[in-house]
Amino acid sequence: MPTTRQLLNSAQVARFVAHGFLRLDAVVPPEMNAEALGVFDTGLPSVPYGSEVAKAFPEGSFARRLVELPAVAGALESLVGPDPTVDHHFVHTREPHQGSAQPLHADALIDLRTDAFDVQLMYYPQEATADMGGTLIVPGSHLRRTNESDTGRYQNLLGQTRLTCPAGTVALLHHGIWHGGRRNDSDTVRHMYKIRFNPTVPQVRLWDTADLDDPAVSEELRRVFPWYEPATGRLEIHNRVRLWRSLTGDPGFDIDHWATRISNRPATRRSTV
Amino acid sequence: MTTRQQVLVLYLGTSTLDSDVVGWARYDGTGGTRPTTGDSDEPPYKTGVAALEDGWRLFQAAQLVPPYPGAEHETSFLKHEFFFERLVEV
Repeated sequence: MPTTRQLLNSAQVARFVAHGFLRLDAVVPPEMNAEALGVFDTGLPSVPYGSEVAKAFPEGSFARRLVELPAVAGALESLVGPDPTVDHHFVHTREPHQGSAQPLHADALIDLRTDAFDVQLMYYPQEATADMGGTLIVPGSHLRRTNESDTGRYQNLLGQTRLTCPAGTVALLHHGIWHGGRRNDSDTVRHMYKIRFNPTVPQVRLWDTADLDDPAVSEELRRVFPWYEPATGRLEIHNRVRLWRSLTGDPGFDIDHWATRISNRPATRRSTV
Repeated sequence: MTTRQQVLVLYLGTSTLDSDVVGWARYDGTGGTRPTTGDSDEPPYKTGVAALEDGWRLFQAAQLVPPYPGAEHETSFLKHEFFFERLVEV
């Protein structure tokens, strides 16, 4: 890992908890972006599931240099901790005028963990314009319990993000986020390189927590998204409170009393006295 | 001349048909259009009733299903799904 640590702050991690993803625009330098296209054309060596980063990506390899860029390394460490393992990696390619989009989906299997999450790094070596079919991401969908492409019926959700970004952009996604590669209506081949990371340490206060009590944290966590049904949106905030409690080790944390109110049981307290 | 079905699926903010659209999908039995995932950011109608006013016929509405015991706080699929159709001569 690099010596210059650029850890996320609490507001940024809270934003990740609410949105389910974090964008790092143009953090990969142009010379690496140019190199990436050749690396992807050649093909990347396969990596055994669960490999340590140092074994998965040898010193000097493109992938190793990518994950050791200070902004990328700092964000990864803040979310999955030091020394995560590499679940798998893959280059996704959308050909020009490719006929169809991927159905909206979450990767892997329905995932019931409440005290751990994987992070998927998505790297875009080229500028992604609107007609290039950049990844569709549904903000705030990551805590929904759905299995893979069972959400394919949803073509469009209000407030969805149709990713456009400058070259060298990295997005870090919670494993549960609903997403899909969009139809590429341009004349340009589009590449996206994905690496899934598994944490190897408890995901508790891994970031720079100096601003933990800043009001910006609560502001991020109480955010609602346009596609939420109002009633279910309240449950989303409740579930973020549960995740934030786990991430901070603070069982009393709450937003607007949502979790505290419905766990208040005086009769239970009396019976234990 | 023959008849083909066009289908519009609207996801609404509440269980009432006049609440706001929060999600949508379209399928075109005429083959004239090929709607797909992530092809528009603006909903075709503001509410379910607005679709009725434009001639779409409602043929299915999501039931109101109580939460599963023990999973009352979990979130999953969108709840308020309404299927509309329009019959088109081709």
